[in-house]
Amino acid sequence: MVEHAATALREFRRDLTPTATLCLLILSLILLAAILAPFLAPYREGEILTTGSFVSPGEGLLLGSDYLGRDLFSRLFYGLRLTVAVSFMIAILAFLVGCSLGFLAAVLGGRFDMLISRLVDALIAFPAIMLALIVLTALGPSIPVLVVTIAFIDSTRVFRVARALGVDIVVQDYIEAATVRGERFGWLMWHEILPNALVPLAAEFGIRFTYAILFISALSFLGLGVQPPQADLGVLIRENMQGLLYGTFSPIYPALCIAAITVSINLLVDWYLRRNDASSPEDLQ
Amino acid sequence: MTGNVIDVRNLSVDAIAKRGERTPIVQDISFSVAPGKVVALIGESGSGKTTISLACLGYARPGCAFRGGEILLDGSDVLQLDLVGRQQIRGVDISYVAQSAAASFNSALSINRQVTEIPQIRNLMSRDGATRKAAALYGELDLPSPETIGQRYPHQVSGGQLQRLMAAMAMMCSPKLLILDEPTTALDVTTQIEVLQAFKNLVRENQTSAIYVSHDLAVVAQIADEILVLKDGRMVEYGPTETIITVPRQGYTRQLIAAAHVMPTEVTQRASRGAGAPLLSVNGVLAGYGRQRDVPALRDVSLDVRAAETVGVIGESGSGKSTLGRVVSGLMTPWKGEILLRGQPLAASLKQRTRDELREIQIVFQMADVALNPRHVVAKILGRPLAFYFGADRHAIESRVGELLELVGLDPAFARRFPRELSGGQKQRVNLARALAADPQLIICDEITSALDTVVAEAILDLLVSLQDRLNVAYIFISHDISTIARIADRVAVMRDGEVVEAGPTAEVLRPPHHDYTDLLVRSVPDLKVGWLEAVMEHRRRTGQQAAGN
Repeated sequence: MVEHAATALREFRRDLTPTATLCLLILSLILLAAILAPFLAPYREGEILTTGSFVSPGEGLLLGSDYLGRDLFSRLFYGLRLTVAVSFMIAILAFLVGCSLGFLAAVLGGRFDMLISRLVDALIAFPAIMLALIVLTALGPSIPVLVVTIAFIDSTRVFRVARALGVDIVVQDYIEAATVRGERFGWLMWHEILPNALVPLAAEFGIRFTYAILFISALSFLGLGVQPPQADLGVLIRENMQGLLYGTFSPIYPALCIAAITVSINLLVDWYLRRNDASSPEDLQ
Repeated sequence: MTGNVIDVRNLSVDAIAKRGERTPIVQDISFSVAPGKVVALIGESGSGKTTISLACLGYARPGCAFRGGEILLDGSDVLQLDLVGRQQIRGVDISYVAQSAAASFNSALSINRQVTEIPQIRNLMSRDGATRKAAALYGELDLPSPETIGQRYPHQVSGGQLQRLMAAMAMMCSPKLLILDEPTTALDVTTQIEVLQAFKNLVRENQTSAIYVSHDLAVVAQIADEILVLKDGRMVEYGPTETIITVPRQGYTRQLIAAAHVMPTEVTQRASRGAGAPLLSVNGVLAGYGRQRDVPALRDVSLDVRAAETVGVIGESGSGKSTLGRVVSGLMTPWKGEILLRGQPLAASLKQRTRDELREIQIVFQMADVALNPRHVVAKILGRPLAFYFGADRHAIESRVGELLELVGLDPAFARRFPRELSGGQKQRVNLARALAADPQLIICDEITSALDTVVAEAILDLLVSLQDRLNVAYIFISHDISTIARIADRVAVMRDGEVVEAGPTAEVLRPPHHDYTDLLVRSVPDLKVGWLEAVMEHRRRTGQQAAGN
């Protein structure tokens, strides 16, 4: 097992392209910033430092202050932390639910598959942002509600991917060999189906993660996501929009963060998928 | 100018690995095809025969590249042409018939639309002209109702017909060279000889040259003028058909001839095994598909298997032989009838059988590579049944996996490999080891040698016999290949349209006089003799025998 891991790591490093390396670097920095935010940020999240709104960058305030006179640089760390954590939870939850149901539908087939697939179709037909707005207005915006709502919406997309992968795998002879041995559903799902669906699912995870970031940012921007004084990147943009009128760049920084994360993940996923289909070195370029 | 249609000179093709290293897969191949002649490329899988035939079209598969040599088509080198130039000759001067017509046709378009596509996009024929030409070709290929068959869709015709329709597509522009890549391998024996005869007439009447790719020497002997034997991408022997099959010079050619699937001249009954009460009895089983139970695949099938004996089940595709295996293993629930194990009735569905009942009947699948989970190492594949049936601990599993691998003739070090690191024959051995891990009384072997090369398949059959001697396990050996069954089975059941038409000891069933259908099957196994095909077709015409479902 150890040798397999070592070979896999060697091959991974060999296949890295410059773009993929850059994306990996950006994402590692962002993840590090998110995890270590309390230690890296020069000030506390809600600390008001000056009386002036949108003070220009200068000594002590690397990116200037926001509309309340808080340090934008510090708030960016905390915003990043919250965004990454919430999106990650959403993606994980969406995958647990989506994959389980998707594989279940693939294995059981028949009426169960029909029922749940049509239900998912109906949910997907409903605009995601509308659905989220209704639930959040009804239940009130708090982080647990936010996570469960978006994860629920996302899990319908994951369900489709997992089911499509599942039905392809379920008809393979090795599944039949396991069935005829007398294996139960749990073994089929975790040991026979999942390992063979891992590559496309990993790619899908990356994409769902970026969508989760965009989605909560959008909700926060509309005021239904994360509530002040806590801030994610979407809240930061909304709060600092006025800054553009005062000639500062303040809303641009959180926007850049969102762009950096989503673009990096997308490029990385593209590279990962291409790497797994690649038969020659040219295919990777 | 040599006067040959195609001259291949010192052709070499490399495979390019992911990291850019090149490994030669075809080296130094030279042969030529004279007008109106058929040259056969013969060899096992991996011998480079398809690579060479594709090279004649100026095509290298993804991951392959030409390294050297020339392919002269009427004196000009195909390999020197640019993409546009190659496109100009493909389908017009050289055309290609793939192994699986079913996979090559687009199921959403009518047959005529696909057959007449090339002359139309090249502006060589009008639509009506192309349709008329196609209908004429259908007639030449002995297809039923040649005027209207082209209006059907691919799923509305049989496999043998589709293969002939694909040949018609290839002949549309009257090519100088026709490449036939294993065109009859996927067909039943009785269909195979009809398709073969149709191809032969087509080539003769149109004075087309052809390259015929196959692994089956007996088939090739019926159609080829010259044979080129290949092994590991190199030429082994090249000469006229008659010479190659009667006085082979190379050891490898002799090996191929020995392993060819021909009917043994004398069917010998294996020493009597399996006495006493039946281990497994199938009584009046009715099973099939469809929600309204309207597509029966087995009609009132009864069969006994005694301990430590081999029962061969022969039939063509659609005869229900695989369904029988599925019903016995519990993968499919019969509509009626019962299955007894040592006189005790077995539950019809898998879920109701006890773990011990499941353990005693194991199944080995045809396609070794899809029967093994590609993400599991061999140790896990073999270890799981041990843990599942016997609750073995890690230490016991480890030593037992080694034993099992040795039992099927593999090194215990294979335990750490993934299926993709095994050859086809090795995968089938692992498959067999997985069945043996359960310590079963009965193993259902569903076409386990059909996807393997003849020489490898021989070795697997020998292994089956030696395992039976040591472990006293019984086999239900399902196959379409009557020559394999004749070698391995103690008793034989011949199936057709879901019914057992004849059953009994091997020698009794396979020695004349036969039941009519058995006779047709036995006579359809190609013999390693030039002129055999003509003799069989003549016999068929005289007796009025017809293949079923074609």
